[in-house]
Parts: sequence; C-alpha cells; structure tokens
Amino acid sequence: MAGQTGKLIHPGWLRVTHWINVVAVTILVTSGWRIYDASPVFKFKIPPDITLGGWLGGALQWHFFAMWLLLANGLLYLLLNIFSGRLLHKYFPIRPADVVHDLFAALKGKLVHEDPAHYNSLQKLAYLFVMVVSTVVIMSGLVLWKSVQFPHLRVLMGGYDNARIVHFFCMAGLVAFVAVHLTMVALVPRTFITMIRGR
Amino acid sequence: MKKPREITKLRLDEPAIVKAFSKELAMPARREFLRYAWSLGSLSLLSGCALSNDSSVESMLKSVSRFNDRVQAALFNPDLLAPTYPESMITRPFPFNAFYGIDDVPDIEADDFKLAISGMVQDKHAWTLDELYKLPQTSQITRHICVEGWSAIGNWGGVTFSTFLKRVGADTTAKYVGFKCADDYYTSIDMPTALHSQTLLAFYYDGQILPPEYGYPMKLRMPTKLGYKNPKHIMEIFVTNDYPGGYWEDQGYNWFGGS
Repeated sequence: MAGQTGKLIHPGWLRVTHWINVVAVTILVTSGWRIYDASPVFKFKIPPDITLGGWLGGALQWHFFAMWLLLANGLLYLLLNIFSGRLLHKYFPIRPADVVHDLFAALKGKLVHEDPAHYNSLQKLAYLFVMVVSTVVIMSGLVLWKSVQFPHLRVLMGGYDNARIVHFFCMAGLVAFVAVHLTMVALVPRTFITMIRGR
Repeated sequence: MKKPREITKLRLDEPAIVKAFSKELAMPARREFLRYAWSLGSLSLLSGCALSNDSSVESMLKSVSRFNDRVQAALFNPDLLAPTYPESMITRPFPFNAFYGIDDVPDIEADDFKLAISGMVQDKHAWTLDELYKLPQTSQITRHICVEGWSAIGNWGGVTFSTFLKRVGADTTAKYVGFKCADDYYTSIDMPTALHSQTLLAFYYDGQILPPEYGYPMKLRMPTKLGYKNPKHIMEIFVTNDYPGGYWEDQGYNWFGGS
C-alpha cells in the first residue's frame, strides 16, 4: 500500500473527523433549511425538496441529533489540531503579502498547488474561516436552542432574534465554502483520494 | 483528453490539473473507486428524505430527543430569569397561534366554568374563576418564542404557578404537571419549570381579561419554554409521575421544549 504516492498528508484522525463532519453538516444544513421555512427570516423560502425531515418536527429531530455530532466531532478536531501542533504548523504564519500575491495568482488562474502537504495562504484563510464560522454557528445555535439558559451568549449574539440572523449567515458562509471546496476537489480529484487514504 | 481542454478555457491552474488527471488516468482502479464513491454519495443524499420514514431511524431520533430532554433538565437553572421588557416593546398586535384557525377558538362560558385539579394533590376541589381571580396576582412582559423560530413580546398577568401549586397541596416531588384544555390540546411540563418564579397561571393579557384567542379563561405562561409548551383554555391540571406526553410532543416535538 505505502509508497505508491509518497508520504502521509492527512493523519487518520483528520480524515475520520473530516468525514464525520461531512455527515453532520449535510444533516444540519438540510434540516436547518426546513426549520427556516417554518418561519423565514428573509423574504424567500428554501425549496422543500432539498430539505431534510419532512416537516418541522422531523427536521428539528434531525437538527438536534446532528448538533451533537458537530459539537463532539468539532471539539475533537480542534483539540487534536491544536495539541498535535498541526494548527500552528499548517495554518500559520499568514503573511498579508502572500495573501495579495496568491489572490492575484488565483484570479489569473495561475495559483500553483504543487505540494498538497503545504497550504497556500488562501487555503489557510479558507480553512481558518471554516473553523471560526463553525464556532459561531454553534454559539448562535445554542442561543436559539436555550436563549434563557445562556444569557451571556445571548447578549453576545445581540439577542434572540439577531441570533437567528447570525445563525443563518454562518450557514450561508459554510455552504459557500463547501461550494468552493467541492469545485477545487473536482478540479484536483487527487485530493479526494488523499482525504480517504491519507496519501 | 477532453476535460483538460475545457479547463484551459477557464484559465485555471492548468499544469497542476493536467498532472492530477494524468495520475488518475494511470490508475484505473482509482477511477472505478471514484465513480463508485460519487454515486454512493449522491444515492445517500437522494434517500435522505426517505430515511425519516424508516422505523429504526425514527426510533434513534426519538431516543436522541429523550436524551435532549435530560440535557435540558440538567441545564435548567431555576434561579435564572428570562429577560423582561418595557411596555413599549410589546408586539402589537400579538400574533394568534394554534393548531386550528381563529374561527375555531373554543367559546367558554365564565359562569359554569370550573378548573379541575387531580393527581398527586391534597385539595382536589374544582376552582371557579372568581376564586382564581382572588389569588395574589402579578404580571410580566416577556418574550414568547415559537418552535417555528418567530418570537413576540407580550404582557401576561396571573398567579405565580408555584403559589397555586402550594395552595392545592401539590406533591412537588412529583415529576410532571399535566394540562388538559378545552380545545383538546394537552401537554405536560417538568416540576422544576412548574416551580420557576416566572411561570404564571395567566388570566390577563395586557391588563385585560385574557381574550379567547389568547387562551380564555387561562393559559400557563412560561418564558422559559417554547410556545407549544404554554397550554391555553386550561380545563384540568394534574400532578403525576407517569409521563403524560403532549399534543405536539406525541407527534415528534421535543418534550422539554425549553428555551
């Protein structure tokens, strides 16, 4: 097995937490859309065909099941990422000059991705963005679920009604990330194998 | 080599992509695997909705919901108060909401109304409205949060429910307080929430006798629980250790339903 395509890029724990996260986020986003439709914050509805749960009660059951997956898996990922040193090593430093350079390179279609073990500054930013947004989506979700029991979080989110807006935009940010992420995987399919085999 | 040409048109990272594709093409087993992986992925997405009908999935979701009841009971802090608001922030008009239309709101006559009390209580006498109105009254302006996500601020007045429970000699070590309503609605709550200082047996809305659409002659108002946990048109209150369920809860809404 080993040696076919070189060294280990993604350790086992990262691959496991990644795929658990895929399941959790898919359930949370699609059931969340159904919950949104029960009383839309904005002037549009999500087509029910792409939602999960069948009705509000079913969607809530899915949502309040998958939230534990996201929370437990997310904590495990963050702790392992921090204490293995991977977070610091893979994502930092981010130099503003590199970001500007990589951004222009990407816009010209010339951003090179030669070593999959090494992230360019845009990848670093994108993955850190996901970590931050996931944290905020959980915090705003806690306010929506238990607004009386988490008074400090509630104030931080600007009150119950505002927490709904924060929660929605976090979802939108995560979905936007997934769209870009999947496009990149489609363009460089090797990364898909790497996230399964690690190499 | 059709794909790389298309990608060139898009002016993307050409060398890396060509390199990646040539690698894929050199490994037919992986191409097969990828194809299977993609179709498996899309299949699982398609069956996502049908999954809800599967009984084992349904019972898994229900047991997680029971687990969430226990988590919420543990999180519930009896001393923590829901925020209260100034009169200027009351939502006007306060929305009507029920599992039926406003034309089907029950019509209750004050004269022959009596509130039944049963279960683990010492005094089971039925209460007339006049007797209830003579209990010490208080009022609060709090946010009503609906399970659908919307919320509205209202002003409810009535007797603190813990005062009423003491008056009827309720066994406050019991697990549940249940409610039966004139509109065939029913629900039940945990004892700690029943004894919370903001839980009111409300007879008034915004200084007036509770109008029919808001639950005449009385509703249980709890700012620490979602709207469907706040029963209207209450006819009977009972204290029990046997899980009584609820109209929406039996259909899948979370039983604790706390906020």
